[in-house]
Amino acid sequence: MSEEKTTAVATEEDLRIGVFVCDCGLNIAGTVDTAAVTEYAETLPRVVAVIRNRYTCADPGQNEIKTAIKEHNLNRVVVASCSPLMHEPTFRACVASEGLNPYLMEMANLREHCSWVHGDDKEGATQKAKDLVKSAVARAGRLEAREESSVPVAQAALVIGGGVAGIQASLDLAGAGYQVYLVEKEPSIGGIMAALDKTYPTMDCSI
Amino acid sequence: MMDVGRHPRIELFAYSEVAEVDGYVGNFKVKVRKKARYVREEDCSSCAECAEVCPVAVPDEFQMGLSSRKAIYLPFPQAVPASYIIDMEACLGTNPIACGKCEEVCEKVCIDYDMKDEIVELEVGVIVAATGMDVYDPTELDEYCYTRYDNVITSMEFERLICAGGATEGHFVRPSDHEVPQRIAFIQCVGSRNNAGDKGNAYCSNICCMNTVKDTLLLRDHYPDCECTVFYMDIRSFGKGFEDLYMRSREEGVKYIRGIPGEIREDPATKNLTLTAENTLTGEVVEEEFDLVVLSVGVIPRHDSPTIKKLLTLSTTGDGFYMEAHPKLKPVDTPTRGVYICGCAESPKDVKDSVTQASAAAARAIALLNAGEVKAEAITAAIDPAACTGCGLCAKVCPFNAIEVDKERKTAWVIGAMCMGCGNCGATCNQDAVTMGHFTDAQYYAQMDALIDETAADKIFTFACNWCSYAGADNAGISRLPYPPTARLVRTMCSARVTEDFVLYAFMKGSPIVLVSGCHFADCHYIDANRQTVKRVYRLWDKLEKLGIRPERLQLEWVSAAEGRKFAQVMHAVEELRQQVTAEEIEHTVKVLTEEWEKKLAREAKRKKKAETDESRDEVHVS
Repeated sequence: MSEEKTTAVATEEDLRIGVFVCDCGLNIAGTVDTAAVTEYAETLPRVVAVIRNRYTCADPGQNEIKTAIKEHNLNRVVVASCSPLMHEPTFRACVASEGLNPYLMEMANLREHCSWVHGDDKEGATQKAKDLVKSAVARAGRLEAREESSVPVAQAALVIGGGVAGIQASLDLAGAGYQVYLVEKEPSIGGIMAALDKTYPTMDCSI
Repeated sequence: MMDVGRHPRIELFAYSEVAEVDGYVGNFKVKVRKKARYVREEDCSSCAECAEVCPVAVPDEFQMGLSSRKAIYLPFPQAVPASYIIDMEACLGTNPIACGKCEEVCEKVCIDYDMKDEIVELEVGVIVAATGMDVYDPTELDEYCYTRYDNVITSMEFERLICAGGATEGHFVRPSDHEVPQRIAFIQCVGSRNNAGDKGNAYCSNICCMNTVKDTLLLRDHYPDCECTVFYMDIRSFGKGFEDLYMRSREEGVKYIRGIPGEIREDPATKNLTLTAENTLTGEVVEEEFDLVVLSVGVIPRHDSPTIKKLLTLSTTGDGFYMEAHPKLKPVDTPTRGVYICGCAESPKDVKDSVTQASAAAARAIALLNAGEVKAEAITAAIDPAACTGCGLCAKVCPFNAIEVDKERKTAWVIGAMCMGCGNCGATCNQDAVTMGHFTDAQYYAQMDALIDETAADKIFTFACNWCSYAGADNAGISRLPYPPTARLVRTMCSARVTEDFVLYAFMKGSPIVLVSGCHFADCHYIDANRQTVKRVYRLWDKLEKLGIRPERLQLEWVSAAEGRKFAQVMHAVEELRQQVTAEEIEHTVKVLTEEWEKKLAREAKRKKKAETDESRDEVHVS
């Protein structure tokens, strides 16, 4: 899967940052010159490995990250792909599987915030992508390992609304063995559905 | 419905409202207000004797006001719980002199006029919001004269007229003369697909086409001689089995005319109605008389959905329906972890889609319950006791009351489980005593140093809050809404994380424009933390003005997670502003703010030195 693989020398301290630039098929690479971004990332301080993938989130892409962590002894990872709101959990889990604290992974949003909105300005988009990687690398250099606390989940569910959706959700939750509290504002459950005579497409009774 | 009433693990709170929601994923503390029914639900056998003696009759809302009910009533025959309820606004009174007849005849002795609202406290791990929809009220559409003409009814009234359990026991009669109508017209898209923006809504309500197709088949089944005509824009029959049903309706002789009537005229003598429309397929103008007109009304968000939205910190789309966490990949999750949405609260949909989505929401909720524990993101605040002076400012601005202050010992500390990591305390502390986990000052300064470089003048430095603005920018991406590539976004959990120093530093480094963006007030994921953002931005505007820096160079915008379009618009507008900022202006700003920054550093150094001396003096004193 790797199309380019280059290493640079660490410049200072013990930081060893790996940057993974994702093409996302043509989602990113169709607009952003990812080869140029990859080349640029190599020039950034404390970056020791830059790898460009076609799909970083796919297994081969994740394996590249895992291998690089081992090979280059990476202690920070920057994934330049999509929005962290989408794949931060994915890549956190990926680096964690190699023993790296998940909070030492940082993302640069080259897709939602860049290629998908600047399709009409490839040069501008590439420049922006470089900047986003630069910012993510700078932040990665300052990241610290963090420990997550876990909290127990109360074994009960609240369902608000006793229309057909609330009824179904309640029955499924209760059927799975959980205590359900169903709160309905009206004196009876049933909602709009109860007021319908027949429902399409089978023309049967709604209640 | 009956299954819910019988299920041993479902506790039903009917005639109840969620009053308060506290806590977080896995640990929600909920207060439910059980409103007084004045009839003990567990004892009532729904024998109906109370209603027989009740002297008060009011319009029956279940029958859309087409018939009446008593002040003590069962909402409808299959109601769950099968218990009567007293409508206290209609009831003559509890005083036996005034009335009290129902209590006299109730053999089960389950009527209790003194019943009070009750608050029930619950602890739950997950919440499913299935709050449903309202039906569009066509009164505002003058052209259809819904309230003026007796024989113009809505599709909901149609349901109650054709239903065997309805107001007329299934005899389909028109309101003016109680005769069975022979010529029935349906007008589609009433309150839907109106892009003019004045009345109704722009979106398609999804269900009305198929509902009308169903109605025409019911009519043809019950009254084979009746003539049905449907005036439509487009018939959207895309679901499984839908096209078949639509074709059946056409084969049954239902007339479909592609054109929406501009108005309805009534013959005052016969109360018959004349519709005029242009058939856009043939170009002909159609003018026909009907006995009854059914307005196929659309679906709107529930009038009280803002209340639940606030309680659960949800977002809404521009239409007012609840916003999902991701339009394709997380369609039943919400930005609030542990809260799921389904049914018409999310968007207009039919019974099948509601059931499907409800099962999806339940499955997502079950996955979380079954995991037994959730990891809390390690982004909480920590207070350095050495630097803290115990001033308590942080505790004042904390939306979650997660900070405790000991004024005597001059210190404060964060209760980890209650901290949500908004960063408001971090931005408020003027002693640099607060460290925001995973969103430290040092990390932001590193990002600013990286982005505000020799090409700074060409960029818009933007702080975007995780939940709304950053997600709004994502939404612009998903929707492919272009904007200039000059924006450089840095993510904060909340806009309240943005300190005054961050903004001043960005300007000092040479930013032409700084944009701070966050959630709309009602959408703030940290209750009301973004009100502090506003205060800070106002203070900064004042400060910038005093220093001879144009305040408009600092922009504040609210963009919700659903507002990709708005985000793109904001970026276009801010880009125009950026282009007006001159090189001289930036140079002046850099000079002025560098001086200010040095003064600030000097002040801080002095303060630290003083604190150290005080400390050593204290130590001497103690020893």
